[in-house]
This record gives sequence, C-alpha cells and structure tokens, in this order.
Amino acid sequence: MVMAQQFEPLILVLSNTPASDPGIDFAGSRHIHYPAMTAILRIPCSAMIRPDVILYALTHGFDGVCAAGDGPECPYLGADCVTRTAKRISEAQNLLKEKGIDPGRLRMSGVCSVCGEAFAKCVRNFSNDLKKLGPQPKPDKPKSGAGADR
Amino acid sequence: MTEDKRWPRLGFYVCHCGGNISDYVDVVKVRDALAEEPGVVVARDVMFACSDSSQNEMIADIKNLKLDRIVVASCTPRLHEITFRNVADRGGLNRYTYYHANIREQTSWAHRDDKEGATVKAIRHSRAAVAYARLSEPLESIKAPVTPSVLVVGGGIAGIRAAIDLADAGIAVHLIEREPFLGGRTAQLTNSYPQDSKGSEVAARLIAEARKRDGIAIYTNAELVGLDGYIGNFEARVKLNPRYFKSSQAKTSLPEQLGGEAPSKFDYGLSKEGPVLMPPFSGAYPELPSLNMEACSEDCARSISQAYGDAVDLHQKSESLTIRAGAVIAAAGFDPYEPKEGEFGYRTHPKVVTLQQLHRLVELKMLKDVHNIAFIYCVGSRQVKTGDEDVNEYCSRYCCNAAMSISLVLLRMREELGGDLRLYHLYRDIRTYGRNEVLYEEALKKEVVFIKYSEEDPPAVSAAGGRLTVTVKDLLTVLDDKLEIPVDMVVLVTGMVPKQSNDALPQILRVPKGADRFLLEVHPKLKPVETAMAGVFIAGTCQGPKDVRETLASAQAASSKAAGIALMTQLELDPFVASVDPKMCNLTKACAAECEYGAIEFKEFPGLGEKAWVNGARCKGCGACVAVCPTGAIQLKGLSNEQLKAQIEALGRKVEI
Repeated sequence: MVMAQQFEPLILVLSNTPASDPGIDFAGSRHIHYPAMTAILRIPCSAMIRPDVILYALTHGFDGVCAAGDGPECPYLGADCVTRTAKRISEAQNLLKEKGIDPGRLRMSGVCSVCGEAFAKCVRNFSNDLKKLGPQPKPDKPKSGAGADR
Repeated sequence: MTEDKRWPRLGFYVCHCGGNISDYVDVVKVRDALAEEPGVVVARDVMFACSDSSQNEMIADIKNLKLDRIVVASCTPRLHEITFRNVADRGGLNRYTYYHANIREQTSWAHRDDKEGATVKAIRHSRAAVAYARLSEPLESIKAPVTPSVLVVGGGIAGIRAAIDLADAGIAVHLIEREPFLGGRTAQLTNSYPQDSKGSEVAARLIAEARKRDGIAIYTNAELVGLDGYIGNFEARVKLNPRYFKSSQAKTSLPEQLGGEAPSKFDYGLSKEGPVLMPPFSGAYPELPSLNMEACSEDCARSISQAYGDAVDLHQKSESLTIRAGAVIAAAGFDPYEPKEGEFGYRTHPKVVTLQQLHRLVELKMLKDVHNIAFIYCVGSRQVKTGDEDVNEYCSRYCCNAAMSISLVLLRMREELGGDLRLYHLYRDIRTYGRNEVLYEEALKKEVVFIKYSEEDPPAVSAAGGRLTVTVKDLLTVLDDKLEIPVDMVVLVTGMVPKQSNDALPQILRVPKGADRFLLEVHPKLKPVETAMAGVFIAGTCQGPKDVRETLASAQAASSKAAGIALMTQLELDPFVASVDPKMCNLTKACAAECEYGAIEFKEFPGLGEKAWVNGARCKGCGACVAVCPTGAIQLKGLSNEQLKAQIEALGRKVEI
C-alpha cells in the first residue's frame, strides 16, 4: 500500500530584528526542534508588516504566515508595538477574508529574545492547525527566476 | 553558472562552519542550487567563511570575476554580518549591498533531526538572501555625533574598576550606586582568594584610586529608573535618594539612642543597624553617614537633629538627574543564594549559616569555641529541574574556591577559635579550577576531611537532643551506613543568583536575560561583554557567577569596549531609515501620525507641491510608516517593499533536491 505523503505546511515567519530573531537563534542554539518547513524573514519591527505582504506570501507558496511580534519591549515603539502589530494583523485578516483565504492562516505571536521554547511550540501548533486547513492553493505555474511577479 | 546581463554579478558562499552546518545541511546541494539562480556567477562551499583565507578568496573573486554583490550563508548575522560587510568594503563594493543568510542558528542547529528539511530550508534562506542582494542599492552610513562619556551602573568592584580605566583613557565617567556606599559585595568578604586579601581592602584600594581621578562623578543612593536613546547617545534617568547627611563633620560614633533593631544588610543580619548607616568599612566612600528615613520616627528625627546639628538636613528631597552617555556598563552585581527556611537547617538552627555569613562572623570576630564545622557544598547551585519552577542549574563557580580559602583562614586562626579544629567538607564535586587548585592541595594536607555526597541523597542536618549533627552517605567508601558527624556549626556553601532587588534592570537596559536569568552576552566567545542592546556592556556578576579576579577582568573588557565608543569622533550608523518617493506621495500624512520620533516632515517639492519628507537623523528605521502608506511611497532603505516581496517569492518557491 502506498501512503499518500503527508502534507507539511510551509510557514513564513516574519521575524523582527531586536527580539524574535535572537529568540529564534536561541531556539537553534539550544537545539530545540521545530518543523523545518519554515522560512524566516528578518524585518526591523513587526509594526512594519503591510497586509498586502501577507497576502503576497499566501499566494506565493506559503500555507501560513506567522508574524513574530517584538512585544512590549520593542526598542522602537515600546508597548505600543503590540497594539500596532495587532492592528496590522486584523487588517490583514480582513483582507484575507475578502480574498477568500482563511484568516487562520495568519498568526501573531510575541517571541522575546530568549523565548526559544515558546517559538518552537508556537510553530509546532501552527503547523498542526494548518495541516487541518490543508494546503493553500499555489499559483498555477511556479514562477522561476528572480524578479518574477514584479 | 548563469550569465545574465539584467542582474548584478553575484558571488555566493555557503559555510560548512567546520561541521556545525555541514553535518546537518548538505552544503554541496545548497551550493549547486544557488549556482542556478539568475545572476550568480560563482557559488562556493567553504569550510569557515569567516576565516582569513575565505575572506581573501571572496575579495579575489570580486576582483577577478568582476562581482557586484556577495552573499554568505552561514551563522546568525549577529555574529558575522559586519565581518562580511567589511569584506565587501575591502573588495571595493558598497558594504550595504552585502546580504546574509542565517543557516546555522535558524537552520542546521534547529533541524538536526531532519537533514533533508534543513537542506531545503538552507536553500530557501540562501535564495532569499540572493534575491535581496540583487535588488540592494549602495547606501552610505549615517554619521552621528557621540556623547564622549560613559555611564557605569553599579559601584562594586566591577563598576569602580571600569570607571578607573575609562577615566585613565580620558573619558568622563558617571558612576551610579543604588546603595549609600561604594564597594559592593566584595567589601563584605573577610578574605578573597587567591592572595588572601581582605575584601574591604580590595574595595578600599579601588575606591581610593577612583577618587584620585577628576573624570569620575560618583553618585550614591542613585537608582537608574530609565534609559532612552541608542549607542553613542544614551540618556539615563537617575533618581537620587536623599542622604540627609551633608557634612563630613558628622560624628563617627552613634548616639546611644539611635542604635537600631533592624538586621544589618552589610552583616547579613548578624548585627543590628539603626536608621543612621555609618560607612561600613575603613576606606568606604562617601565618608558621610546616610539616614534611612523609613526607619526613622519623629523621635528619632529629633534626636538626629540634636546629635548632628548642621551636619544633617532632614528636608532633603529626592532629585531626578539626567545623565548623557555614549555607552553604558551594567555592573549591577549579584545576590547570594538565600536558602529556604529549613533547607539544611537554615533559619531553624542558629548555628547553620551561609558562606557569606561565615565571612562576616570571622570579620566581626564572632566565632568562639567552634571545633567541628561542616561545609555543605552546592547549596542553591546545580539544582535539578523537577517542575515549572525556575531552578539554578548552573554551577556558581567561585564557591568551591571560596570554601577552601576560608577554611585555610579558619585553620590559621585555630587558637582564637579554641584550639582544636576539624573541618568536614561535604561536596558533590570539587571544582577548584586553574590556579585555585593549590587551595585544594593545601586543604587536603590539613585537618580538612572531604566527603563526597550524592545529589540524590544529600546530607541531613538535625539538632535532635540539642546537638547539631550532620548525617551523610560517603560515596567514596564501601560503608553502607551513613556517617553521623556532630558539629558546632554548619556552613552552607551558597552560590550566586541574579540580583533580586533590581529585576527591572534588564527591562530598563533593554538587555535580554539568559536561561539562568542573569544578563546575557551576545556570544560567550566572540562578544563576551556585548549585549543585544548595542552600546550597553556587561561587567562582573550581573552576567553570571564570577570571582573577584574574573569580575575585574570582565570590567576591564567592558571598559575598553565602552571606551571604543566614547572615543569615537563620530558614530557610523546603519542607513536603514525610511525615505519617500515624492512622486508617489499623495499626502495622506498617515506616515507622520504613525511615527514615534517626529521624523516625518512636509516640504514643498518643485513641480510636485507639498510632500512628505523623512528627517534621516531622527528616523530609527522601524518601518511603522511603511505599513500605513496607501501608495507605497514611503519605504525603508535597505528593505524596500520590492526586496521584501522578492525574498518572500524566493523563500516560497519550490525546492527540488
């Protein structure tokens, strides 16, 4: 009997430079495992996330997007960072609904600079939830080469 | 290799990191996959990308192959992004066109269970870095002035040592200490190894040196309450609590009626103190007493006025002080582990004391008629995690040496103690590392009995029948029975814990804590005194357990790093700030409303009218404005919306291996 290969969702992690990126490094340094079907993209602060960027990711190969927030210790915006990031996320979720994409494919999570275990747990849970949602439809033809789609 | 006229010519290097990456990621597959990417004219795998030979190879490639960009896939950018930007620089490229892929911390180390998955992820991360570099544009760093002074937080030996070194380098120092006197915990030690010098003498010598230097402004009763700004230009808010004593004419002996009943902090509760705190040791600074107003009733205030007259001003108020500094050194120290009530008889039996208390007992000459003393090692250190509660898994490192050292002191003063003296050291392991081994060697030759216990079956302390007894199973003998040792005193060899009273400090400094809850350095080997907050350095035991020698060494390391900033004529900051394309701006002003720093202004542009404009000196580069601009007119330099999407496309693209 041939088993269908189990669906492994691909997750984009938008990781902020001051907090979550060292936190994700910390997870690696401690050899804390989480699904390898993750891609980590470094940005300065989670408050810079544009809703259209999230839509772009979900229409370009990703099954889910995790916005790793700076948390209240954000060196740029302090506690207000959380409020602003949450606002971007809810705007993005509205945009996803409009486009017929399950807003559950977007998740926000505070990851501090030593929150390696919390990060790994969050990705594991998100991955399991995305498995239930199934694959996000991919663009018809995988675009190859740089600059495609621009 | 792909030749493509449309794209800059790229060189790609994937690092084995001597197996740290290549054991879990197939770097050859990564190299070959990246060689297929448009614009990549050379792709190599290298054993150590950061080595001189690899750096020189990249520079040779830039010249020989006429590269426009280089990309390295290796460890976290926090370690080596600057290294490779410097390589780009030396090869004649703009340093900000360089980009870095993190395939160690965020790939190989995290997915040691999944080599194929790790390889695929490394290819994704590498492709994204290449996609970024293709679109990167030459940028110039922002030059900022530097405040030529350093703030040192903590007036123990680490802080004082750092202040002296900085002053000798011609740098103005602000040294703040929260307690009324300088000297810290070292001043409480009756002896400090290896040379047996009294802790208070070590502290007094450093204090005297600091006071000789004009460049050091010392503030005591001074608490750091806030820290704004960034590397090169910090602004610290300091609360100066009143001392009430203003004249050195103050009497050095206390009037009888002011003796207090509160346990003395300096003597770890072994003596009493009143509301007037006198300089606790010879050579302490300031020489002025300090009044603890909270412990002073109206009657007490009246007596103080009578006793001290003009030397006190009971109307002093706390003040706020703003200190500007180019760099900050955190030297906030530690707390000794405080055993729980009943832990090895602590607090349930008066003759069970901590190692710190033993130091005070010797110093205060309070030890009389003791003949048998048991030392129990590793109290509060090397704890085994059983539940959710935080435990101290680390070794406190100084305590074995300190226990040996003070034992030798006790043996030398045996006549004072009553003649006959035997010491029992109940240990888990002896870690008298380095030169401290001679202390152990010496103790082994003297009247010190070493008994190894197991952490599963620790010694028990009982006071049944009025006789203090320690019961222990000796692991190194074949006896099944436990040893019962009648003793006069039990010393708990207590380790170090992060300072409990300033748990807000990490947040104020914006410095992360490690799993052990001490302040965390960026890298234990490569950046041992730097923190994730650029310009904030750590010295001494706020970073983790250290002895006096190690504390002073780390203070000197931190001071030279801080000096490196304070002595700069100007600081070069990354130019990753926002900028506006005025042609795209439709003046919603949403960006200005979003900016925390007032960096967005509005200007007349010839032919375009009023448009948004970014004041680069004020912009911190968070990108909050980018998120709210409806037209995408405002973007970050170094991370345009196009670069962001190009990276997403590269990360999401299917990988065939």
